[in-house]
Amino acid sequence: MAAPEVMDLTKVGRDPTFSDRLGGDGKLVHRCIQCGTCTASCPASAAMDISPRQMWRMVQLGLVDEVLESTTMWLCSLCYQCQVRCPRGIPLTETITYLKQTAMKEGLVSSRQSGAFYRAFADVMRRYGRNREMEFMVRYFMKGNPLTAFKFVRMGTVMMMRGKVHLELPVDREGRSLEKLFRRVAELEAEA
Amino acid sequence: MRYLFYPGCSLDGSALEYKRSMTAVLEALGSEVAEIPEWTCCGASAASVVSDLLGHVLPARNLALAEQIDEDMTIIAACSACYANFRRTGQAVQADPALLERINRALEVEDLTYRGKAQVRHLMDVLANDFSTEEIEARVERPLTGLVVAPYYGCQTVRPFSPYDDDQAPTSMPPILEALSATVHRHNREASCCGTSVLMTKQEAGVSMVAEVLDGCDGADCLAAICPMCQLNMEGYQDRASKVLGRQVNLPVLFLPQLMGLAFGLSDDVLMLERHMVPVTPVLSRLQQAAPAAAG
Ligand code: SF4
Ligand code: SF4
Repeated sequence: MAAPEVMDLTKVGRDPTFSDRLGGDGKLVHRCIQCGTCTASCPASAAMDISPRQMWRMVQLGLVDEVLESTTMWLCSLCYQCQVRCPRGIPLTETITYLKQTAMKEGLVSSRQSGAFYRAFADVMRRYGRNREMEFMVRYFMKGNPLTAFKFVRMGTVMMMRGKVHLELPVDREGRSLEKLFRRVAELEAEA
Repeated sequence: MRYLFYPGCSLDGSALEYKRSMTAVLEALGSEVAEIPEWTCCGASAASVVSDLLGHVLPARNLALAEQIDEDMTIIAACSACYANFRRTGQAVQADPALLERINRALEVEDLTYRGKAQVRHLMDVLANDFSTEEIEARVERPLTGLVVAPYYGCQTVRPFSPYDDDQAPTSMPPILEALSATVHRHNREASCCGTSVLMTKQEAGVSMVAEVLDGCDGADCLAAICPMCQLNMEGYQDRASKVLGRQVNLPVLFLPQLMGLAFGLSDDVLMLERHMVPVTPVLSRLQQAAPAAAG
């Protein structure tokens, strides 16, 4: 956890409305009492640059850039452990989804690699209605860093040998495409 | 019992053995299982990151299809991520009727209406609570005597929606495993996360989650999984996790219905044990060792 020990809050840009703008029950982050239960419960905290407890304090303080550029939200595996254990009843895991949305909207560097994962996944859902593992991986690696693909080669080979991954492309694409539905959702989101 | 079933993308792809074995096991227990026709992806963890509404519309589309068939019939979800998405949308529309209206304005283009009635339950819940251990035991033809099994629920099976079990220390699996005459290896990582998609986006962090779970299961002959993501990650990253742990781990990871099917004497074409990336041979030879001893 490489967050600075001391931060001069008079010298950094802050947006106190940050958590209110997040969506969902983001404003409940103001209830946080810094007990640290979230960090202690988080299976990924050791790999994060800012621990969950620190991140929630930074959200309260409106340290938008620092939060959105940290790796914390992208390391969250949505295990819901912090959310069910938080003594203040803050929907932490769900608020992390809103943080990801915000980071992706603002096209931040931190979101490039992990954001590619979500966009690739959504593309496949939109076109085929179901997620085809092989096509999904190919799209993901094209959108993100192609070097990551090497890490998967070994597992991919074993999976193909065991008949776990299908190489054929879906033929019934028209039948199940969610193109219309995705477009409608985008229109409704734009209205709001 | 009659159930509707939502397989989800994994059960139609990499986890086909899960789908086959669960259907066969439920049928062996006297139930009927009908797949929701024309189902589509529930949105996984991606849709709600792309857009709030999309994150609800994708699960709702499938719930609307199920309601068209019979709105009172229980829908089984066997993938924990699908399960959590369905429960999340179900709960959100209860709390916010305006959201239900918005969802339905989107579903109009598919000529579907979601009424907010469909009831989704996890396969774990159904197996543990719709059948008595006596019913399960009565179906056993080949007891799993001598086989040490570590239950592994993962996270979203019991969190944050766990109307049927404890979200920290679940207890749904042991009675079933005991009814199969297996020995249960309790450990403190039963409801820990498998790393899910973090293994795709930030692999090193994900691998250490896998390592912790496998370490907890040390001493068992195999794991019993009840989610396709858990199963895939525990198998697929076992070699990398072994490096983290500094010892070679060789733990077969079976789906709970495969273990039940094995004990029920179901055929190879529904169990599909040859599909596993970590070979299940040690499990089978353990059972062969135990068989003559049990007979003697
Ligand atoms: S568990 Fe809740 S109250 Fe405690 S530090 Fe984390 S967010 Fe704050
Ligand atoms: S939900 Fe995310 S942040 Fe919370 S404990 Fe799990 S991995 Fe950590």
